[in-house]
Amino acid sequence: MEKRIKAPLTDEIVLSLHAGDKVIIDGPVLAARDAAHAKLVELLDKKENLPVDLQGQIIYYVGPTPARPGYVIGSAGPTTSSRMDKFAPLLIERGLKGMIGKGFRSQAVKDAIMKYKAVYFAATGGAGALISKRIIKQEIIAYEELGPEALRLMVVENFPVYVVNDAYGEDLYIQGQQKYAR
Amino acid sequence: MRTIKEEEILNAVKKVCIEAAFDLSKDVKEALNNALQAEESEVGKSILRELIENAEIASRERLALCQDTGFAVFFVEIGEQMHIEGSLNKALTEAVRQAYQEEFLRKSIVADPLRRKNTGDNTPCIIHISFVPGDKLTIMFSAKGGGSENMSRVGMLKPADGIDGVKNFIVETARLAGPNPCPPIIVGVGIGGTFEKAAQLAKRAIFRDVGKHNQDPFYADMEKELLVKINNLGIGPQGLGGRMFALAVNIDAFPCHIASLPLAVNIQCHSSRHRVITI
Ligand code: SF4
Repeated sequence: MEKRIKAPLTDEIVLSLHAGDKVIIDGPVLAARDAAHAKLVELLDKKENLPVDLQGQIIYYVGPTPARPGYVIGSAGPTTSSRMDKFAPLLIERGLKGMIGKGFRSQAVKDAIMKYKAVYFAATGGAGALISKRIIKQEIIAYEELGPEALRLMVVENFPVYVVNDAYGEDLYIQGQQKYAR
Repeated sequence: MRTIKEEEILNAVKKVCIEAAFDLSKDVKEALNNALQAEESEVGKSILRELIENAEIASRERLALCQDTGFAVFFVEIGEQMHIEGSLNKALTEAVRQAYQEEFLRKSIVADPLRRKNTGDNTPCIIHISFVPGDKLTIMFSAKGGGSENMSRVGMLKPADGIDGVKNFIVETARLAGPNPCPPIIVGVGIGGTFEKAAQLAKRAIFRDVGKHNQDPFYADMEKELLVKINNLGIGPQGLGGRMFALAVNIDAFPCHIASLPLAVNIQCHSSRHRVITI
């Protein structure tokens, strides 16, 4: 099924999504990779305030090519999500509702997705040029010193993703394969 | 003796490095279109359509096909009747450096595997050299992405494991890779030689155009059989389920020791940025 949703997410939106749905996202999403995740989790461990309110947010795991002059961003496809697995459960507990990346998640992440009603989307790996055109704005909001790994806020329009892990414990990586195995 | 200048090599290689980053090669484009016809899963079809559109946008907007613009790998065949004026190494390295800096490609190489500081210009390159008869210089280039490289495997099988052992290892490598190498994938296989030769054969095999089979009918049949087996895993585009997990299986073989059966499987994603030039 194809659905169109607006970020940030509510419980109601999250619960309407099921593994196997194609979803078009419009609105603001955060962009962060390993280094920015480590910094966010360090702040939470020290019980300090985060540079951004995580409530209802989606984080896109991305490390783009440098932008050409006049372009919003360079090629910007998803990066491997498993590198964020050790940080994700805590961020989900603190209000994060969605993650966009590629590849398997750990059991701990899947458990947090169910417990706190969140969702994991796959974006198409290797579709960096197409995705680049669906990002209409971006700005650095923290950790500028990390360069391409800084924490960013992006505004996306018509951003295509697929629900892999939903709040009901379904997993498209497992179920999709089972359906087509011969 | 024919003479080729360093500068001539540099310019020709730089041109193909740039082209490969933005223009998906014809064989892969065709393979994606064929895959779209064959795919049964709706999600799978939608992904393949995205990849076809991605190639159009990349070419039109000069945006890299994928943000991982890869590690530059070269196979160079030097004709024994020619000579290079200047440095081949410098020509290739400088071509990559200029292409990646001038065209806003991502610099993905760290200077040391453990201390991990970025070299800032996507060099050095990996260069494999061989000598061939004639007076031509053939340079094969591929920008190899990290996600698919990481799912590759080498096995030192026993000769008694035989053909079934080899097939099982190849299918198992593809199964373990799952969604991580951004399927649809191309499976490069090297059988025989030594430990390092097998890996090199597997790498060389992913440079071969999709749709071209090994000239030895024995291996051509094995390629076809393995492609069916791998696609029957059901992993599909991006690992989300479907018919088209792999576009091709390319096998290269080499003589080996009576006591060994080396086997390497190199996984290549659909973003196969490969080019060949002959000077
Ligand atoms: S595996 Fe290939 S398509 Fe996927 S991110 Fe790496 S280079 Fe891009």
